[in-house]
Amino acid sequence: MEITPDTSGYMIAGYIITFLTMGIYVFSIYQRNKNLKQDLETLKSLGTKKTKKK
Amino acid sequence: MQSKPIVLSILDVVSIIVLGVAAYLALVFAPTELVMGDVQRVFYFHVGTAWVGLLGFILAAIAGIAYLATKDMKWDRFEVAAVEVSTMFFFITIVLGSIWARPVWNTWWTWDPRLTTAAVTELIYIAYFMLRQGIEDPEKRARFGAVYTLLGGLSAPITFMVIRLFRTIHPVVIGSQSAEAEGGFSMTTDMRAAFFFSLFAFTIIFIDLIWHRIRLGRLQDKVEELKLNLSL
Repeated sequence: MEITPDTSGYMIAGYIITFLTMGIYVFSIYQRNKNLKQDLETLKSLGTKKTKKK
Repeated sequence: MQSKPIVLSILDVVSIIVLGVAAYLALVFAPTELVMGDVQRVFYFHVGTAWVGLLGFILAAIAGIAYLATKDMKWDRFEVAAVEVSTMFFFITIVLGSIWARPVWNTWWTWDPRLTTAAVTELIYIAYFMLRQGIEDPEKRARFGAVYTLLGGLSAPITFMVIRLFRTIHPVVIGSQSAEAEGGFSMTTDMRAAFFFSLFAFTIIFIDLIWHRIRLGRLQDKVEELKLNLSL
């Protein structure tokens, strides 16, 4: 009878990479969103200063 | 920016739950395949991510057509979101496939028709972002993106069909496989449950991420518009 090979190391590696990749992607969306919101605030305040000068 | 819709918040929670359930079904509930052992369990996420990966590339091509027809920037934002999310998922598909292949095929990689078309598809969409970044004018960039995804979208059905049309060692899950296929197996009822739930879970996560990415695109456009107004 054939013995089932122990390939659990590959399985663990696969799932770690999967969750890590998805985690990095979600974090990148969060980070980009945060940076864009900061940019938006800066641009808005610059816009207000510009109209005041006019 | 508009506040986060309640439906999206619910979808976030649902996504986390279904991902957890899919992982449980794949890692605990589904029985161990006798010939390959535990590495076969990567199959559930491998197919799940491949499904949403290829779906996104096709949706991006449809969004490209919609943009060319209407010139509405919302289609460009959808297209970018679909490509970005799908490229991430398809990267996972390729990595999981390679990990599975090592003990089953005794190699990390082989230039088999399926593996080759999958790698080409991924590279096409990585190039999409690199090329888009080089175009300053938003309308020109959107037009380029639409045409590119329209042509690139052809790679998705080719990747899907290649194992059904050519002699390949890649196993076929649904349908008859090539005589050269190595690593195929028949699914038990529990394996089938884990498999179909994984497809469902990744579809939910895909929708959730696309929605977030569209919102991010909207914010990017707003910032770009303000920058333009200030420079005038």
